Amino acid sequence: MSGKRKDEILHDHNHDGIDRRGFLKCMAWAGTGAFCLMQGGVLKSYSLSRLPDLGSKEAMGELSFVQISDSHMGFNKPANPDVRATLEAAVDKINGLSATPEFMLHTGDISHLSKPEEFDIVDQILKSAKPKDVFYVPGEHDVLNDDGKQFLERYGKSSKGTGWYSFDKKGVHFVGLVNVMNLKAGGLGTLGHEQLEWLEGDVRHLKHSTPIVVFAHIPLWSVYPEWGWGTEDSAQALAYLKKFGSVTVLNGHIHQTMQKVEGHVTFHTAASTAFPQPQPGKADSPGPMKVPAEQLKSVLGITDVNYVPGQHALAVVDSSLA
Amino acid sequence: MRRSVLISSLSMALVLGMGGLGAGQQRFELSAQQKPETAEVKIDNFSFGPAALTVPVGTTVSWTNRDDIPHTVVSTDGVFKSKVLDTDEKFSFTFSKAGSYPYFCSIHPKMTGKVIVQ
Repeated sequence: MSGKRKDEILHDHNHDGIDRRGFLKCMAWAGTGAFCLMQGGVLKSYSLSRLPDLGSKEAMGELSFVQISDSHMGFNKPANPDVRATLEAAVDKINGLSATPEFMLHTGDISHLSKPEEFDIVDQILKSAKPKDVFYVPGEHDVLNDDGKQFLERYGKSSKGTGWYSFDKKGVHFVGLVNVMNLKAGGLGTLGHEQLEWLEGDVRHLKHSTPIVVFAHIPLWSVYPEWGWGTEDSAQALAYLKKFGSVTVLNGHIHQTMQKVEGHVTFHTAASTAFPQPQPGKADSPGPMKVPAEQLKSVLGITDVNYVPGQHALAVVDSSLA
Repeated sequence: MRRSVLISSLSMALVLGMGGLGAGQQRFELSAQQKPETAEVKIDNFSFGPAALTVPVGTTVSWTNRDDIPHTVVSTDGVFKSKVLDTDEKFSFTFSKAGSYPYFCSIHPKMTGKVIVQ
């Protein structure tokens, strides 16, 4: 150890207070979620692990909330044998925020195999989070074997169709969409005609200045269609949102953070609280990524701040993970 | 000198190629005679292997998921449908009619395969 303290940071390439050793120790990648802040009608998103860098002034806005995703409760393979502990770590981070977020969004894959006990554990862990309201959309792992019946009973009682809905918070219009049902052979995520029709009606009478936040499990932009990381009919959904000055799309599914801006629409994907997945095309398949030391750097990239500057101006922050 | 080396390596390749073909034919005849009644498809790295499988009528095909992530085996035409298969779990289906049976993983629909029953 050459006299160094055990928990001393040795190599902090990303300046996020985490070195390789520390990373392995606390599995910071897994505990991450995103802290979202609405300022001047524009949403900014911060990785939870970088929040100490955020001054209290910067953390002020009209509305703040947290996005967590892909808890995969029940997963127990080498990429993360304890997904319960890493979800608890995410909740600890949320509870450590100086200002309690208004609510939480969970963008799906709550469970790994849609088992009741898996949902129960997540429910129980999230009860200890300071924000009391949690809004869910299903991931494909939440609707296995029963076409999503259980998910709807637990989380979607007041939702439409297979679980879509909208709500308003402090002048911001939130829309939860479902794109994991009735998937077709060879295809991507699907919203379907009925849901698209509902969306058109849902936003028709809103003022153009209303900030819109859309959240769904599978990315609503074409991240990597070869791995199914996209949604067939998302273009139609986005067409209905064209008239709005500020649109933010929050997704999960790909277990890594990415951002992209197209016109007035900002797309974000959140990290998983359970295990990382490889960058698009950087592995034989999108399966769970184990994190041996030599790959750690790319995983640590997940904790990079993805920050979209304010105004309606556009910054492409495609995350450079390597 | 150079030319003769080239020619001999070409003819080697030809011989090898023919040898490969012969072995393939032999295997086919053997399977036709013995009428094997089971065949296996492995799920590895988000793909079905072999992606296209040809079997005689009456064959029971079994799929085994060897990924760390669950998958399903669902007939595109509604002929068969597995429950979700976790790691190392199996699904089997017996094909009693000739035809082409495309299928996919309903969780990861980019994963597709086909069973041809003759």
